[in-house]
Amino acid sequence: MQGIASIDRQKHQQGISMKFGIIVFPGSNCDRDMQWVAQGILKQPTRMVWHEDSDLSDIDIVVVPGGFSYGDYLRCGAIARFSPAMKSTVEHAKASKPVLGICNGFQILTEAGLLPGALVRNANLHFVCDRVPLTVERNDLIWTKNYSQGQTITIPVAHGEGRYHADDDQLKRLEDNNQVVFRYSKGENGDSANPNGSCNDIAGICNEQGNVMGMMPHPERASDAVTGSTDGLALFEGLVKTLVAA
Amino acid sequence: MTQYQAKIYVTLRPSVLDPAGTAVETGLQHLGHDGIEGVRIGKYVELKLAAENEDAAKQKLDQVCDQLLANPVIENYRFELAAA
Repeated sequence: MQGIASIDRQKHQQGISMKFGIIVFPGSNCDRDMQWVAQGILKQPTRMVWHEDSDLSDIDIVVVPGGFSYGDYLRCGAIARFSPAMKSTVEHAKASKPVLGICNGFQILTEAGLLPGALVRNANLHFVCDRVPLTVERNDLIWTKNYSQGQTITIPVAHGEGRYHADDDQLKRLEDNNQVVFRYSKGENGDSANPNGSCNDIAGICNEQGNVMGMMPHPERASDAVTGSTDGLALFEGLVKTLVAA
Repeated sequence: MTQYQAKIYVTLRPSVLDPAGTAVETGLQHLGHDGIEGVRIGKYVELKLAAENEDAAKQKLDQVCDQLLANPVIENYRFELAAA
């Protein structure tokens, strides 16, 4: 991957693998789902990183999971952003290493300034808990290598504040730079599956370099066949495969 | 050092849709209150702070609002300051 730091392969010499670090805040509730995918399904070394822990030096891939960090007081992700683990996550991202934010994790990454824009109250005020079709906008990222461009995948969403908002200039920059990774799909009749009123049907974006991605839908909840779908597993499998090969 | 009392108002930027405000506006109309429009819901924060003088207190409040109390991507803020 262009621009993505090559992972220190020496420490993975015995059986090449990628170490996941999953940040755990008070109020996180998707951390163990993510752990199951990383450790249980993908058989990758995985460490749960308590929010007070600032050492991420052993971690290749940082995942900021879903939930309600610190009760989402003030604004979603506003307080989590100042935790020691997040300060190290920002350093991790600045070193061009992979950072994935899912749902509340996406909100935290925008609050931390790692991704542009903000997530606000769903336009219809409802908490949406559903499976939605997403269109993969680009497959040249570490996150989407296992998908094809334009592919439609079905991934669960569960959020009350998932409406992506950015001003017109910022939206134009996102589109011009191809930073939209996933969009809520449009059906054959032209109706959008957009469940929350997001600008430009945005479901997930990356930073300019592509090493940081945030998305409201939950790929970790569509990775084990027992949950009804494995459309999300390709994201994690592709990620590990791409990084190992880098 | 002087003790100050601050009242901080955080509001959504005009360009950001406020569905909760719209819902309240509709509710008011259903109650028969005519002529009400432009309902926007924001946040109100009170805090006490110690500072050398009013300018220093204002500077401190700007920092606090920019860093945490408001998200400049979606929100504006203003505050009132009085010696406590």
